[in-house]
This record gives sequence, structure tokens and C-alpha cells, in this order.
Amino acid sequence: MTEWRRLHPLSPIVRGGRATIALGTVLLVSLLAGGRGSKDSTPELVIVGSIVALGFVSWLVTRWRIDGDDLRIESGVLRRQSLRFPLSQVQAIDIVRPGLARIFGLAELRLRTGGSSGDTARLAYLAAHEAEPLRDRLLTLATGARAHEGTAAPEPAALEHVLTTVPTGRLVASVLISDVGILAEAVLVALIVTALLSPRAAAGVIGAGAVWIFAVLTPVWRRFNQEYRLSLAEAPDGLRLRSGLIALSAETIRPGRVQAVRMVEPLLWRALGWCRLEVDLAGKQRSKGEGQAERRPLRTVLPVGSRALAEELLERIVPDRPPVQSPPPRRALWKSPLRYRMLAWGRTGTCVATTSGRIRRVTVWAPLEKVQSLRRVQGPLQRRLRLATVHVDTAGRSVHAAIRDRDTAEADRALAELSDLARTARRKKGR
Amino acid sequence: MSAEEVRGERESWRRPSPRLLVLRRLEVSALALAALIAAGVLAALGHTAVGLACLGGALVLGLGAERFVSRRFHAWGYAEREDDLLVRRGVLFSRLSVVPYGRMQFIDVTAGPLERSFGLATVRMHTAAAASDARIPGLDRAEAARLRDRLAEVGEAQAAGL
Repeated sequence: MTEWRRLHPLSPIVRGGRATIALGTVLLVSLLAGGRGSKDSTPELVIVGSIVALGFVSWLVTRWRIDGDDLRIESGVLRRQSLRFPLSQVQAIDIVRPGLARIFGLAELRLRTGGSSGDTARLAYLAAHEAEPLRDRLLTLATGARAHEGTAAPEPAALEHVLTTVPTGRLVASVLISDVGILAEAVLVALIVTALLSPRAAAGVIGAGAVWIFAVLTPVWRRFNQEYRLSLAEAPDGLRLRSGLIALSAETIRPGRVQAVRMVEPLLWRALGWCRLEVDLAGKQRSKGEGQAERRPLRTVLPVGSRALAEELLERIVPDRPPVQSPPPRRALWKSPLRYRMLAWGRTGTCVATTSGRIRRVTVWAPLEKVQSLRRVQGPLQRRLRLATVHVDTAGRSVHAAIRDRDTAEADRALAELSDLARTARRKKGR
Repeated sequence: MSAEEVRGERESWRRPSPRLLVLRRLEVSALALAALIAAGVLAALGHTAVGLACLGGALVLGLGAERFVSRRFHAWGYAEREDDLLVRRGVLFSRLSVVPYGRMQFIDVTAGPLERSFGLATVRMHTAAAASDARIPGLDRAEAARLRDRLAEVGEAQAAGL
């Protein structure tokens, strides 16, 4: 147990983010104006002063400590909030450093728990040099190694074994031919063509369409920023992902917390033999107090890479993957003409794999010990064609494994086999 | 285990209370009655042809709905097996869920005002997966309580982590 501690005193400024910058500008302008004596700047000063005071108070009342196996965070004045997070339930721990935080040398620590409601444990912000040791300590506590408490932990960075880092050139190329990239390029090309044909019209279009240009460029930038130099490393306390250009993040996924893995191969990427690997964790996609940019429906393990590299990484995340996947019966063409070529599934004793997708191919691997429930669904068209779909539900929110459009007898057999195998896998793990 | 077993041909399926069918019929007939009243009002106002058409429409709709409701009622079923709960439902889209007891996060027993007046309740089993679909409506209140207690008991005995 440790004593209560406060966050870094500069954290309200960084938490304010863009508002801080706006506030600073207002203050500067009003001071300049006041200096010239042309205008009374008292109202602005009062507003800015009270916001600063509020930030200070919120910093003053927020405190945290490690209490046995729990992390406790208390905050709020009028609505006092006391949160307690059992560390054994932690799915992943992230260290996030947005641009502003990096300027001030701060970092945010974020704990992901499995619940679908409730708050994420956020410690925003800590001094950057504190964040990593604290994360390692929390992870050690999470694995239940309380005996080591107090003793110096081994240097975890030394034990990290980097599996892969994405080359920047390949990342740029992959973003350019991805769906968001192509949309942005189309818009830009259209603008340039307009500009060449009639410069006057282009000026108007850019003026009116600035919002749209911004809207198509933002996802491109976000993807690039988030996945810049993404490296995947294997550490004793889990898989570690580091990435970021302006905003840095270091995520740690605890071993055995991966609910499902999916491999996405968009149409244009397939020609180059590229694919993307994402892992799904339990818990909701987005928590209170997180912006759109921070949303993490899936953890990208490999933003872009060759099939061989993907296989190599998969071997570490889901060993014992089913090798051969069997296609559905021909008559499934009537039900899913676009999907038909992609549909397949396979299983081993510990893992089920399904492939689907219309334009891009999506392959999902779900460890059987993570299966929450199984569903057999048959729609009217499927009944006529004697087909059925078996859904494999996992606790992840974004990856969906479905054995689509199989012969009824095969679907029933799959349902029976998978529920038996899942039970065995569950028991083995429980022991 | 064979495929027949998981599809439940050999299982002893339990069904919702027959009062659920009465409740559903009541709901449908309330709608049909409304249409019938509209037809009567129209006929009284002198639009006899329109009124008759509405009457016919109401009858056909009512009969169709009755057939739909009763088929849907008979599609519901659940079976408690050693390690998991089977729930089947649906006519047009037939679904069969296999939910292991060990995966249960919590159980929900709800009863709306209508259900309550019929002495019925809905039992729902939640897992960590949002897509899991194990809902059994129209259970007798005593049966709902029994099922809830039994699921809680087995769930605890077999609980598995995420």
C-alpha cells in the first residue's frame, strides 16, 4: 500500500488541450489591448482567472494510490467520486502522450478493464519518467506477484523482444491505397482539376468545402499519426505496442487477454500481398472523457505487412491455428454472391477460424477458451437453400466470427463440436 | 455428442407458460379491435363499401397475426443441460443459442405491467459478449424464480474468467 498521491501540477493545462491554447490566445490579446489602454480587459481576466482556479481545484482534489491489489482514484468537489479498480481484472494498460503533454514532459496512464459500463481508470497526467515504472508495477501486481512488492523490479525494457516495426515508407503507401486514403485522394484530385480548369471556381470550392477537405484528411492523418513506427514487442508482462508521431502511445496487452484476432486484406492490398492484423479485447470501445481520436475499437498489431510476417506474429498470439479451411456448398452462391469466394472456416482443438468479406477479405481467429456463446441462425432464404450460419460470440466488441452459409447438417455438427471443444478448453484453462 | 443432441431433438425442451400465448393474442386482438371500430365508424358515416373493406382487412390481419403469434409462441423453447443452457426461438429467422453456464455474467428477471398482470416474467442471461442472446419470455413467476436461482447456482460453480 502506498500513500495518497496527486497528479502532476501541470495536468489541468494539458487536459484542457485545445481549450488551453484558445485561452492563452484570449489572454494574450486582451493583455495587449489592455496595455494600449484602448479597452478594459477586466472581464476576460476574470473569466480566465476563474477557469485557472477551477483547474487548480480539480487538481487539488484528485488523488490516487495503490491499495493492496486495487488502484484507487478520488476526484471531484461537489460530486465526489471514489473509484477502485481491481488490478487482476485489467485487460491492458496504455501510456498515452499527446503532443501538448510531450511539450510539458507528461504522460497519461490508462487502465482497460473488461466491463461494458463504468469508467476507465485514467491517471492524467503523470510525469513522463514516472509513468513506465508505475505501469510495470501495476502489471506485476495484476499478475498477482505481491511477494515482489517493494523489491526492485527487473528492467522490463531490457526483457522486451521487438518482433516487428513498420517501415514508414510502407505505411505511407498502405494508407494511400486504403479506403480512407483513396477517398481523400479523389477529393484532392477533383479540387486540383477544378483549379486547373477554372482558378476562380476552385477558390470558391475550397472556401465552401474546407470542412469537407478537413473531414476526409483527418482520418488519413489520424491513421498515419497513430500507426507511425508502430512496433510490436514481446515482454514478460504481455504484448507491447509502441507507436505515434505527434501523440505517442505505449500499450501493454496482458497475456491471454486477446479475445479474437482478425486479419484484413483490402482489395488493393491483396495485389501487393499485404494485410493488417488487429486484436480485440474485452470491454467497450470508448470511455467517457475520451475523444474520437482516442477511440480504440481494436488494437492494430500490424498496420501493414506481408502475409509471411502476419503468420509469424499470429503464431505468437494464437498458436495452433487451423490450416485448411473448407469452402461452403455451391448453392450458397444464391444467398451471398459477393461473399461466396471468401467464405470458409476451419478449426483445431483450441481455435476456430472464419473468413468472410465482400470486397476486402476478413479472417478471424477466436481461441475456443474465449468463446462466450454459440448461436445457430437460419433465415428464410437459408432455410430454402438448406443452409445455416453459426455465430461464435466472444467478449470483444468489434471482431465477429461467423461460420456463414454452411450446409444445415454441417452447421449442426459444428455447433455440437464447438460447444464441446469450448467446454474442454475452458476447463483446461480453469485448472 | 451428436448433432441431434445439440439441436435438441433428444433434449427435454421446456416452453414458456401458455399464458404468454393468451397475452400475445390479447395484444393482437386489441389492435384488430381498433381496426374493427374504425370500420364500424366508417360504415356508420355512410361509407359502407370502405367500411366493409376495412372490416375484411381487420379480419384478415387479425387471423394472420394470430397465426404468426401462435407459431412464434411454439418456437420458443429452452433446455437446461449439464453445462449449458439452450434457447431456441424465431419462425422466420430461427435461432438456437448455446450459452455455457460458466460464461454467465448476470441474470436479469424483468416483468412489464402486462406480463405482471398475467403472473409472467422474462429471464435473460447475460454473458461478456454483447451478441449473446439468451432471453426466455413469458415464464411462470415461480418457474422464473427457479430458473434464476438454478442458473446463479450452476453459474457460480462453473464460473470461468474472461
